[in-house]
Amino acid sequence: MDFISILSIFVMACFVGYYVVWSVTPALHTPLMAVTNAISSVIIVGALIAAAAGSQADGGQTAKWLGLVGVVLASVNIFGGFAVTERMLAMYKKKERK
Amino acid sequence: MGASFDRRPSAGWGLNQGCRIASIAGWIPAFAGMTFFAATPALAASGEPVNPWVASAYLVAGVLFILALRGLSSPESSRAGNRFGMVGMLIAVVTTLWTHSIASLPEIAGAIAIGGVIGFVTARRIAMTDMPQLVAAFHSLVGLAAVLVGIAAYLNPGAFGILDATGEILTVSRVELGLGVAIGAITFSGSVIAFLKLNGNMSGAPIILPLRHVINLGVLAGIIGLTAYFAIAPTVGTGAIFWTIVGLSFLIGFLLIIPIGGADMPVVVSMLNSYSGWAAAAMGFTLGNTAMIITGALVGSSGAILSYIMCKAMNRSFISVIAGGFGADSGPSEGAAKIDRPWKRGSAEDAAYMMKQAENVIIIPGYGMAVAQAQHALREMGDMLKEQGVSVKYAIHPVAGRMPGHMNVLLAEANVPYDEVFELEDINSEFAQADVAFIIGANDVVNPAAKTDKGSPIYGMPVFDVDKAKTIFFVKRSMGGVGYAGVDNEVFYMDQTMMLLSDAKKMCEEIVKAL
Repeated sequence: MDFISILSIFVMACFVGYYVVWSVTPALHTPLMAVTNAISSVIIVGALIAAAAGSQADGGQTAKWLGLVGVVLASVNIFGGFAVTERMLAMYKKKERK
Repeated sequence: MGASFDRRPSAGWGLNQGCRIASIAGWIPAFAGMTFFAATPALAASGEPVNPWVASAYLVAGVLFILALRGLSSPESSRAGNRFGMVGMLIAVVTTLWTHSIASLPEIAGAIAIGGVIGFVTARRIAMTDMPQLVAAFHSLVGLAAVLVGIAAYLNPGAFGILDATGEILTVSRVELGLGVAIGAITFSGSVIAFLKLNGNMSGAPIILPLRHVINLGVLAGIIGLTAYFAIAPTVGTGAIFWTIVGLSFLIGFLLIIPIGGADMPVVVSMLNSYSGWAAAAMGFTLGNTAMIITGALVGSSGAILSYIMCKAMNRSFISVIAGGFGADSGPSEGAAKIDRPWKRGSAEDAAYMMKQAENVIIIPGYGMAVAQAQHALREMGDMLKEQGVSVKYAIHPVAGRMPGHMNVLLAEANVPYDEVFELEDINSEFAQADVAFIIGANDVVNPAAKTDKGSPIYGMPVFDVDKAKTIFFVKRSMGGVGYAGVDNEVFYMDQTMMLLSDAKKMCEEIVKAL
């Protein structure tokens, strides 16, 4: 993909982010932070590519190990972030109607 | 909940909720069209054709992440949103593994398992009061992961498809790599400091270095200059430049956060949230990966908006928060005037009696309540009052707690139904009709000085109009302490105020007993 189409996606996504985040109710701002934290770990994609590449090229071996460490860190975030969000959201209950 | 409507930055954004959904729904096909258009005929940087199915899989992941945030617009849809997020992540990971020839699947599976177990166990065990620390710690991991990915891409550019025909890293990719590792490193070191301050391993007091603004701006300019030089320099010998960028970025992260005081940590945590998004987006540019770019932009805007909300709720400019030093000179501002002013002391029995007689009670919890772990006792008190036919509402200031929305989570944990909890703008007009305002562990957010005293450090900050309530109960450990801002509070000395001096939890329990 050329740079301009990537940039277009990025700019559009910023606008989507702007509108979506303003519509988040303030009561859920802490879960919002936890879940954004989990999804920003999509950086695991980069770490997987580095870890999967093997060691054909110079520096490939180092890159592989760096990638694996990156996979561990990102997984902590993904599992931790989604699990803690789930835990918080489960606590939000409506008034019981009697 | 209507609260979100009032938080739009200006009337110019006056869309109603329906329009907003429509506008978002309208964006998604536009997105899809654009990506297909771009992906199908174009070639990847490495020269291989982009598989349109792979590109669309990442796009689907990106859209699912948008839906995950969208779900948070109300508590009912929030859990479904979270599931969308998980599915999106699964798609992104599986697609990546599927499309790359994998030399080391067992090692990767092991790495995911190790990380997954650590993350899952931490998430299960963490106390809700410690949520800000946890989020700061998680941010640091994203930052560090971004740095590692950036270094790996620099060491093995072939695997990332960022080489040009002559075997050099593309110029545009070098800019992205430089920025990616820089933002990632700042996120990492900044979050580590934020974690230490929030967790109490490091004093919350700002650490002021001489000439810090000069040093910080110099280091920042150095990073930008080196990134530019890294982009145009020939590949041979760029190693030193690259490593200097990494090192300087770690340094500036520490330097930026140490002068910021504990009270400003909500803003810092939101800001670092934003940075972790920009770091992911920069890496997404390097890889030409739509899922990473969309996510990065979402997280980046989310953190930025939260920082904006926090700053506005404290009436501080973002620049003044980042410049730091707030709260460093709070000591001497307490004048002699406060020492011998008369105030009334109440007992738990008085409070119980008054609240039983009341028609409506508004409870204003602050971080002090969370410190005393009084949320369960408080909810019990609220339940008892409701049984007596009293209308009980909770009022939450945007900066209550140590991160955005923190107090809402703490109340939810104590089983307070979320439709009894209101935001500042929604409830402030009701104080005039309220019989009792019950302030527990909050201070600055009810200080009328913010409305009247131009000289006060909190002047201009939006506060609750508790002074309009008929009776005020103020739960506080002692008369000596002041809030974060270090200012005396007029409410203590008002005629209708009764001070309940005790530990917040003990006081709530005593009131429950008296009821």
